[in-house]
Amino acid sequence: MKSVLVYIETDNDKIRSVSLELLSKGNELKEKLNTELHAAIIGKDNDRFFKELFAFGADKVFSVKGDKYSPYRTIPHTRGMLEIIKKSDPQIILYGATNIGRDLAPRIASTLRCGLTADCTDLQIGDFEYMKKKWENLLYQIRPAWGGNIIATIVNPEMHPQMATVREGVMHLIEPDYSRKGEVVELTLDESPEDEKVKILDRILKEKTVDLKGADIIVAGGAGVGSKGNFQKLFDFAKLIKAEVGATRAAVDAGYIGKDHQIGQTGTVVKPKVYFAFGISGAVQHRVGMEQSGTIIAVNTDPEAPIFDIAHVRIVGDLNEVLPMMIKMYKELGK
Amino acid sequence: MRIVVLAKQVPDTKNVPENAMKEDGTLNRQALPAIFNPEDLNALEMALELKDRYGAYITVISMGPPNAKEVLKDSLYRGADKTVLISDRKLAGSDTLATSVALAGAIKHVEPNFDLIICGRQAIDGDTAQVGPQVAEKLNVPQITYTLSIEEVDSKEVICDREIENGVEKVKATLPVLLTVTKEANIPRPENVKMMMKYKKADIAPESKIKIDMLSLDDIGVDAKYVGLNGSPTKVKNIESVVIAKKETKDYSPDENGIKELFNDLMENHLVG
Ligand SMILES: Cc1cc2nc3c(=O)[nH]c(=O)nc-3n(C[C@H](O)[C@H](O)[C@H](O)COP(=O)(O)OP(=O)(O)OC[C@H]3O[C@@H](n4cnc5c(N)ncnc54)[C@H](O)[C@@H]3O)c2cc1C
Ligand SMILES: Nc1ncnc2c1ncn2[C@@H]1O[C@H](COP(=O)(O)O)[C@@H](O)[C@H]1O
Repeated sequence: MKSVLVYIETDNDKIRSVSLELLSKGNELKEKLNTELHAAIIGKDNDRFFKELFAFGADKVFSVKGDKYSPYRTIPHTRGMLEIIKKSDPQIILYGATNIGRDLAPRIASTLRCGLTADCTDLQIGDFEYMKKKWENLLYQIRPAWGGNIIATIVNPEMHPQMATVREGVMHLIEPDYSRKGEVVELTLDESPEDEKVKILDRILKEKTVDLKGADIIVAGGAGVGSKGNFQKLFDFAKLIKAEVGATRAAVDAGYIGKDHQIGQTGTVVKPKVYFAFGISGAVQHRVGMEQSGTIIAVNTDPEAPIFDIAHVRIVGDLNEVLPMMIKMYKELGK
Repeated sequence: MRIVVLAKQVPDTKNVPENAMKEDGTLNRQALPAIFNPEDLNALEMALELKDRYGAYITVISMGPPNAKEVLKDSLYRGADKTVLISDRKLAGSDTLATSVALAGAIKHVEPNFDLIICGRQAIDGDTAQVGPQVAEKLNVPQITYTLSIEEVDSKEVICDREIENGVEKVKATLPVLLTVTKEANIPRPENVKMMMKYKKADIAPESKIKIDMLSLDDIGVDAKYVGLNGSPTKVKNIESVVIAKKETKDYSPDENGIKELFNDLMENHLVG
């Protein structure tokens, strides 16, 4: 009964949302595989997170605790994780596709000589046949490749555990159940001089200025917006309807808006209730970051723009005319 | 200072021409121009800056088909001292783990006394960012991923800034160490005209007077069972082109009536308001 194990990341006294998303998905995987869901937490004050990990479906929490584990450093966390893997005995290990997950997971894959698939956008369980051999209940690791032009399904039939990093925002959160209980397994490791080969001298954290993930409404602009000044109109509209402002990479690269606002394959993945797309062509790398939005409202001068293939509301027109009209109408109707 | 740079030749996935998509939705690799992986140019630039500052001997290693020598030639034009191509049919089908076995083996063979290994953060064909950390693990050295800049290096340690999820972290690592470099780190210098003259004829030995060494698995002492398809834990089950499900679309006219109707509909459904 090999487990499903999730590596938990914490940030500012909170469990990172990607870790909770992975636990949520882990519930589904464990049911299909008829096994247990385990959480691995390596850090300083782990205990205060246990309740929430159980609430999100962990049956067991493996905890490695000590000052040296926070903030994250590669080697101490690799050693901690390897110890947890020994005890948890997983068939699947999931990590967030964050700077931390993408630093840690390959180091572990190399040590264990197992497969690892980066930046998955979906995970499923299924069978696999290859050279007359058949495997059942493998993890399908689904990810965009070739700059987003194709979607590949990767499997890891033999050299287990099966490991994947998963993009933040693509898995749905389950409703936590705070009455759930589970078992905590505390592990301690021997000291190793290896742990101190890299030391953190300083950290400068910047405040997040946008919260695309938490937004119900996103007003996004692309290259068609045309200038930084014009983007200000998007901000005005967003403020009016209580939305956050998003952008395409083309708009970010043109310097109209900061990178924090980028949505898509190399930006944030979002699924707000309403997504306004102004002057966005709808390139696949942008679509993968927003096509799960509830209602997509696209404004584009080009009736053939691919964004209209996924839009629920189609307005063929110039955003320079449509946007001011929207602001005006909203003010009139909102009264 | 002895520096190894790992550089890969990749298909230019940023500019996919129409004819590159095959009927079955897969990509025809041959139809894409082959380029120097962009972040590997940042890695090379970081090595060259260290060479300018402290003096260094730079070895660039690439694994790939004989054609990948172009990347190595380009490295010589920019100021690398030595280039090595690891090429062997048995490497075909290698995933990131198998690739790291071959590259770590090559480093042990070619430049065992390295102080720094510098890689790109990720290659644009796979976007995995895995090979760097896996090579570091195989050589049992620490890694600094997402490196933005090097503050200083002495004979024992390096101090770098690296990107973290919500900011920047300054770290100090003992040498030898492996770094992966992001595109924010620097602007790669262009080819140097003098070097271009000097290395114009550089080719795979023995066709030319050395400069690009081509080594096989036997040459670097790597067992074929750890590379290629057999040494790769991951298998591609299938690939699909990206198809979009056509959604119900409603048209609204781009005038006051249309916009009014839209907002009425949105407010009625409590989507805005
Ligand atoms: C590896 C890789 C990763 C990438 N990651 C991302 C990513 O994360 N996010 C992302 O967004 N992109 C990403 N891209 C880039 C992506 O391929 C597109 O280039 C980009 O999304 C295009 O942005 P755009 O729609 O703003 O610009 P364009 O494609 O230039 O489209 C502009 C649109 O505006 C319309 N327009 C012009 N003027 C007006 C007007 N006055 N009124 C109304 N409409 C107007 C035009 O008709 C056009 O449709 C990535 C690319 C690669 C290769
Ligand atoms: N075949 C290769 N030859 C040389 N270096 C490579 C090769 N594959 C990967 N690398 C290095 O590893 C980095 C990360 O690659 P990847 O894990 O494929 O995204 C690249 O930027 C290169 O520095």
